[in-house]
Amino acid sequence: MVDVTLAPTMRRPEKIYSAKATTDTRLLVLAPVAMVLTELVLGWLRGAYLTPGATTDGAVRSMFSYDATSLITLGTVLAFFVGHLAPVNWLRDNLFSSVGNAVMTLFGLILIYGMLSGLFGFSVSHATWTGDNGEACRPNSGACWPMVHAKFAQFMYGRYPDGERWRVNLTYFLAAIGLVPLMIPRVPYKLQNAIFVFGVFPIIAFFLLVGGVPGLPHVATEYWGGLLVTLVVASVGITASFPLGIMLALGRRSRMPLVRWASVTFIEFVRGVPLITVLFMASVMLPLFLPPGWNIDKLLRALVGVALFAAAYMAETIRGGLQAIPRGQFEAADAIGLNYRQKMSMIVLPQALKLVIPGIVNTFIGLFKDTSLVLIIGLFDLLGIVQQNNTDQKWLAPTNAMTGYLFAGFIFWIFCFGMSRYSAFVERNLSSNEKR
Amino acid sequence: MKHTMKLGLAAALAIAGATATASAQAPKTLDTVKQRGSLNCGVGTGLAGFGQPDDKGAWTGLDVDFCRAIAAAVFNDPQKVTFKPLSAKERFTALQSGEIDVLARNSTWTISRDSSLGLAFVATNYYDGQGFMVKKSLNVKSAKELKGASVCVQTGTTTELNLADFFRSNKLDYKPVVFEKNDEVVAAYDANRCDAFTTDASGLYAERLRMKNPDENIVLPEIISKEPLAPAVRQGDSQWFTIVRWVHFAMLNAEELGVTQKNVDEMLASANPDVKRMLGKEGEFGKGIGLENDWVVRIVKAVGNYGESYERNVGSGSRLKIDRGLNKQWSQGGLQYAPPIR
Repeated sequence: MVDVTLAPTMRRPEKIYSAKATTDTRLLVLAPVAMVLTELVLGWLRGAYLTPGATTDGAVRSMFSYDATSLITLGTVLAFFVGHLAPVNWLRDNLFSSVGNAVMTLFGLILIYGMLSGLFGFSVSHATWTGDNGEACRPNSGACWPMVHAKFAQFMYGRYPDGERWRVNLTYFLAAIGLVPLMIPRVPYKLQNAIFVFGVFPIIAFFLLVGGVPGLPHVATEYWGGLLVTLVVASVGITASFPLGIMLALGRRSRMPLVRWASVTFIEFVRGVPLITVLFMASVMLPLFLPPGWNIDKLLRALVGVALFAAAYMAETIRGGLQAIPRGQFEAADAIGLNYRQKMSMIVLPQALKLVIPGIVNTFIGLFKDTSLVLIIGLFDLLGIVQQNNTDQKWLAPTNAMTGYLFAGFIFWIFCFGMSRYSAFVERNLSSNEKR
Repeated sequence: MKHTMKLGLAAALAIAGATATASAQAPKTLDTVKQRGSLNCGVGTGLAGFGQPDDKGAWTGLDVDFCRAIAAAVFNDPQKVTFKPLSAKERFTALQSGEIDVLARNSTWTISRDSSLGLAFVATNYYDGQGFMVKKSLNVKSAKELKGASVCVQTGTTTELNLADFFRSNKLDYKPVVFEKNDEVVAAYDANRCDAFTTDASGLYAERLRMKNPDENIVLPEIISKEPLAPAVRQGDSQWFTIVRWVHFAMLNAEELGVTQKNVDEMLASANPDVKRMLGKEGEFGKGIGLENDWVVRIVKAVGNYGESYERNVGSGSRLKIDRGLNKQWSQGGLQYAPPIR
């Protein structure tokens, strides 16, 4: 292998910065997570005292006031983390080093407390946990969780037929089997693993989800919905846009005019039009151009649109990385007699891609959230199906809409936050390899 | 190829209806539906009482029942419907392009939609109109008493214009409190930022359930705009138009003659000539419109008569509890009037 080490001076400041940032973010992330868990356990304990149909509010108030509980929880958790991670010196150096900083710290703490207690008040203390319809949720000012419970399967699978949902689960399971070892650097057989994930798995997943083969009845895509659609659109978009983006980025820097102009035209055209317009055109205009009776599957339209879109943005991100590679690297590769493919795949791309990991992940996260736009062409992703169920008269109540949005937001947050954390891990991992 | 694409684009951009009529020269809809084995029914993306998912994700509602009734009449199986949820913007294109066979999506029947869009509205299955909701504590019995009131309304809608017209024609002053989103309007009204809240009456009843204390709010009797909600089909297929229209009339006639989901089998033995004709014991009326003679029996067994469907989805049997009002039978003082089956 060719050594791709960068000059040490270029690396050091970044390294120090990232190490520090990691500690801080960990603290910031762990504290709320611990708080959520504590509150959930508390909520569950409170729930255990209740008979079905009763409300949490009254029972809690009779035991001890809600504000006091939250304050105690917050105090305990903060004390635990601060005490656990650093002595008083750390507090003095970082949070109370001057009068101004002390005021800022206190202000920040009040702000955090205000936001968190509001969130916990809504989602836990003032929430409704049991009930059969919207009336059960009306007395409480908090979330209407029985609604989410009743509709959970719909939020996950949409209208995918009950008896066939195991196929979705099996697909998720296979995806996990393929992805988890691929994502852990120490696990061997990366090539075989990648072939499974990107070559074999999509075919299996296609037949599992769509069906139409003996033993697996056909499930039309209009029955798909919820998180399933979100994940299908996002994962197809992500997997298709990455190689396409690399090709477009290389094409844009190519010396062959035809290739270059084709790439430039595509990228600039796609970036010049909003995704929502393309989806809208595909759903409203396309059917008018096609002969009667012709119908392109809606989900397919969305998939193609989203993948091409993400590819254009990905291309520009990757091109940024390519431009950051010093000319010397190209020349060195030419000097040792590598051809174009070898030069790109062994020297330029590994360095370029590593440089733009934050940008790539940014595009992926944006893409994941953009999947909600498929709502306008009548496909129901997680957000869409939540919105749709907000109209169910059985559950109409003052807070049911907010509860649905909170739930959808939480699921989106889990995925996006997971992606961003994994990218941070990959970056650290790649920089530590560099030390050798 | 490129040329035709350009032409198509230009035509489509000029008037969507122009291309629609061209693409509508398809085989007869009834044959297409039968061949496909299911009815493609365009519904909304969710409207309480009219087209909404239940806990299991199955569609329910007044408009949904209408599609199930057509499927029952054609296939004798109300489950043979594929529901296509459509946004407000794509609903008419979906019908023009043949993606759906019937649009039952609380669409207001207007002359421009009847003419330029290439649609044919079959019959009004729900007479809606803009109404007012006020707090009971205001002690107002009529919208005409709303002199000087502040009214919460969604901006940029016909609702806002109707509101202005109503107060101007009644020479009353009022203070509009406008918001961008419907949710904001409801929240503002619920937080006592205005005395009254206005939107379509069917929406008022659904929004009332979102309020902290629904019973403290009442809907005033005045309806200040006409919103006849009607299912639609493509122009140019009179057979299909007739079938869809008569499915609605059949549900109305069944209610008028007292035929319900429960007693339909007993009614088969009825001596009343009207009932006999309707249920296919006399005459060939079902065959006459391209269906079987027991078409009404199938419909009523599947979804009940119009009154039953109404009460179950939006009326007393639902949480919305919307008064029948204009949707009563003509004999009860309402507007629902079906031509006789004979």
